[in-house]
Order: sequence, then structure tokens, then C-alpha cells
Amino acid sequence: MSVSTASPPAGTKASFFERLSQSRNGLGLLFMLPAALFLLCFLTYPLGLGVWLGFTDTMIGRPGIFIGLENYEYLWHDRVFWMSVFNTVVYTAVASVLKFVLGLWLAIILNEHLPFKTFFRAIILLPWVVPTVLSALAFWWIYDSQFSIISFVLMKAGLISAPINFLGDPTNARLSVIAANVWRGIPFVAISLLAGLQTIPASLHEAAALDGATSWQRFRSITLPLLTPIIAVVMTFSVLFTFTDFQLIYVLTKGGPVNATHLMATLSFQRGIPGGALGEGAAIAVAMVPFLLAAILFSFFGLQRRRWQQGGSD
Amino acid sequence: MTVRTATEATHPSDDIVGMSHHDTLARKILVIYLPLAAFLFVLLFPFYWMAITAVKPNDQLTNYETYSPFWVVRPTLDHIKYLLFETSYPGWLWNTVIVAVCSTVIALAASVFAAYAIERVRFTGARVTGLLVFLAYLIPPSILFIPLAFIVFQVGIFDSRLALILTYPTFLIPFCTWLLMGYFRSIPFELEESALVDGATRWQILTKIVLPLAVPGLISAGIFAFTLAWNEFIYALTFIQSSENKTVPVGVLTELVRGDVYEWGSLMAGALLGSLPVVILYSFFVDYYVSSMTGAVKE
Repeated sequence: MSVSTASPPAGTKASFFERLSQSRNGLGLLFMLPAALFLLCFLTYPLGLGVWLGFTDTMIGRPGIFIGLENYEYLWHDRVFWMSVFNTVVYTAVASVLKFVLGLWLAIILNEHLPFKTFFRAIILLPWVVPTVLSALAFWWIYDSQFSIISFVLMKAGLISAPINFLGDPTNARLSVIAANVWRGIPFVAISLLAGLQTIPASLHEAAALDGATSWQRFRSITLPLLTPIIAVVMTFSVLFTFTDFQLIYVLTKGGPVNATHLMATLSFQRGIPGGALGEGAAIAVAMVPFLLAAILFSFFGLQRRRWQQGGSD
Repeated sequence: MTVRTATEATHPSDDIVGMSHHDTLARKILVIYLPLAAFLFVLLFPFYWMAITAVKPNDQLTNYETYSPFWVVRPTLDHIKYLLFETSYPGWLWNTVIVAVCSTVIALAASVFAAYAIERVRFTGARVTGLLVFLAYLIPPSILFIPLAFIVFQVGIFDSRLALILTYPTFLIPFCTWLLMGYFRSIPFELEESALVDGATRWQILTKIVLPLAVPGLISAGIFAFTLAWNEFIYALTFIQSSENKTVPVGVLTELVRGDVYEWGSLMAGALLGSLPVVILYSFFVDYYVSSMTGAVKE
């Protein structure tokens, strides 16, 4: 780095800004200022405020007082809250596994030599580009209890005799929202993993094939190990987005039927905004943090191979 | 000078096709083309269903016996007309455009400076700041919306577009900064050094050397940020009350769904029209989009 941290400009006439921009730290501070201001005011401060609100009984339109752990004690005995925790964990686990398996499969298919490869790659990303709420509306219509197109096709094929009640039955509703989430998440996983696959030299596969490795062995011992670093990052993001999902549930079921699909995020919204109990809603949101951290740590460190596992030191 | 362009990304192309002659056509169809077709069908069908519903006359919408549900006889523009002339839809579109453009511009401007400072000015604590920016990216809006609603209310910008314009940069800035840091890193140091030797100021270096070279990065970050802002839902749902200030995702969901009578035609038309701007933008800049997506993951 050749920037001189510089002798102060001759004479004291130099303006404050001039002197500020002469020093490396001053310039850094000046350049960081706009971003830092935004993030401090609308990210760090609300984060702290959220924790504080969780300890108060604030309602909409009524400032609250400090009530200690009462919100959390209440939630501890609240079956709906535990149901939402259970739902969130199941939703995240099942959807993430499915997204990973299907996404990896699609990535491997796209990594073959195909005609119109770029075109396929482009349209496959569409579910991820379109606003979630709007594509969820399409799913809402596809899952309609009377006029579902899936029910119609299955009935025509003689597989079922009555329309499937996709969103009215607890188990069906859970499966339906997971399916919609997987639909939206596959492109992200597939395209990111495809970028990773393209960094694996084909010569490795050739050498292994010459040595008589089957395609499963090549996948198991070449593709997967070389892909693990990127898998860890992609799945960490995927778990993060799935765990904190709100839009899809809000559009499709609003947490129903009888709270069977409430996630922690939707429950927090329901109690906090339409319900008016900001304190309790904030407490639910704060309660997400430990679970979220655990999920992220699990997916990041669980999936990422240590260097020593790959034969390096440390 | 070699500045990485967006399309090259980072992967060296390895065009060895050595083993593909082992594949018979039958195997290729079974292992590659059939699954690919299935994936494409599942991933694209909801869009087809959205589009076909949007142009179906009401009498065909639910009458699966007389009309095939997969096709439309005498397509109609009634739903779109209804949407554009009898609801507040154009207003929501306009709100979404304003909010998305303003927050993207703010976020990009702040991010350019921040990324340059972290990556090139290297002030004390720059690395820690870079890490903090990445952590900020991991904080989900669904744990922030309640305290933010509280703040927005106290500041007195509740139920205004300003509330969204000011809060969207919270998730756009960390993303854009992180992405631009990667781009700035790829610009050779020597260029800046020689400019410094020639007596250029930091400001001149940033505007005349670094920014022109980082244009692909700026486009990537801008498009991605615009899409994120366009698609945002939970803040818009929480902070906006009156119909005329709503954005498209919130407006379609809260105003077009009335009671138990679902007007599927206009709902789907609303979803289709609301998706079009981002899809069009995306189709023009696919490569930038993909590079920003994979770039953000890779670092």
C-alpha cells in the first residue's frame, strides 16, 4: 500500500474535510459514513430494540413497561408457540434436504453437454426471480380446494375420487407449503452448485474412469468432496432463508388450518401486528435467534469439511 | 490489464469432452433429457397456469368439464382491463417502481463508498468491518420488522413510501457492499498506485479508475438490489396501511382478495403483471444476475 498517511497539509488553513481525507482512517470513516449510518439506525438499533421490546408488554399505540421474562414464560407454556417451533424445524429440515437433493441433481444434469444450455439455465432461475408473493398466489390457485388442477388431473387419471383438500388438512397443508418452498428454492441451489461443478476439471473424472471407477464412485469420491465447500455455503443460505420464511405461509395458509402451518415468523407477525402485542411478537422473533444460529452453525460446520479431513494440516 | 468480467465468473472453462462418447443416446435420454424435461415442466408450470388463468373468461375458469383447463377458447383481456382501470393497481405499480428505484440508488451509492473504503482505503479495522457487513447480510427481515415498525411509527413516516425507501437499504447495503468488495478486489492495485504517483486524489481514483472498471459489478449489484426491493413483502405489509401507498405484492394480496369470492382471473393477471418488470429486467441481464447470485455465495 503506497498511500502515504501523509504529513498534515502546510498551513492550518486546510479545511476540516481536506485534513480528514488526507489520513487513511479519516478517509475510511468518511467513506463508511453513509452505509454505517443506515445500518446503525435501521439494523443495529432495531436489533437491540427488538430484544428490549421482548422484555416489555408494549402494545400498538401504548408504550410498555419492563416486565422481565414474562413474555418468554408465557410462550414457554403456549402450545401454539411450540407448535410453530416444531413446524419451523420440520419445514426447514424437509425443505432444505429436498432442495439440496433436487438442486444437486438438476445442477449435474445442467453440467452435461446440452444444446441450449444457457437458455435452460436462464429459464430455470425464473421461480427464484419472480416475487415470492406473486408465485405463491399461483400456488394458491393450484392448491384450490375445489378447482385444483392437480386434483383434476389425478381424478381424470382415476387415481383419486374426490378433490384433494390441499390447504384445509393439517398434514396436506404442511406438505403443500413445503412443496411450494422447494419449488422456489431449487433454482438457487441448482445454479449455485452448477457454478461449483464447473470448477471441477473433467480430467479428474477421465482419470478415474480410466482406472475403472463407476459413475457413482466418481460422484462419491470426486464431485462431492470437491463440491463440499460451496455446498456448505449454499445450504447455509438456504437454511437461513427457509427458517425465516414468512411470505409463502402468509399467502397460502396464514398459519392455518388450526395453526398447523404457523412458522415462528408468521406467528410473530400475527401476535405482533394484527394482534397488537408488539412485546410478545418481538419475544417470538428473538426466540428465533438461538434456533437460527444452531441451524446455521449446523449447516455450515456440519457440511464443511475440515482441512485435515482432506489431508491437509489443521 | 485484465479485469474479470461478469460472464467469465471465476471458473476456467474446461472443455474436455473426452468421455461423452461413452454415452449412448438411449442412456442420455433416460438419464438426462427425461429428468430435465420433468424439472422444466414442474418449474415452469405455475407460470403457464398463471398466464392462462389471466386470459380465461370467467365462464371457462372453473368449468373443467366443457372446456379443457389447459387451454383457453376466446382469450379475454377483461381481467387485465379490470385491474388497470377499476382497481388501484397502476398506483401500486408506481409505488413499487419508486420505492425499488430509490432504495436501490441509495444502497448502491452507500455501498460503493463502503466497499471501496473496506477493500482499498484499508483503514484500521477494515477487515472486521467487512465481516460485520457480511453478518448484517445474514440478519433476516422477519426478526427486524416489529422493532422497525416501532421506529417507523415514532419517526412519523408510518404508512408512507419513505418508510420503505429508508428501510429497504438495510438488507440491500450489506448485499451490495459484499458483492462490490469482490469486484474491487479484482481491480489491480498497480492502476491506483500509478494514478497516485501522477497526483490523482482519492476521489479522482474512485470516479475515474475504479468505478469505470467496476461497471459489471455495479450492474450486477443494481439489478439484484432492484429485484430484492421489488420482491420485498414483510416490511411493506407491516409499514403500509392505506391502499394508495401499497406496493404490488401487498396490494394484490390484501386488496384483490375479498372474502370468499376469489376472482382468480384478476388475481393471476395481477401476479403476472407484477412479475413482468423483474422478469424483463432479468432476461436482459441474465449473466449479471447469475454472477451476482453465485458471487455472493462464493466469497
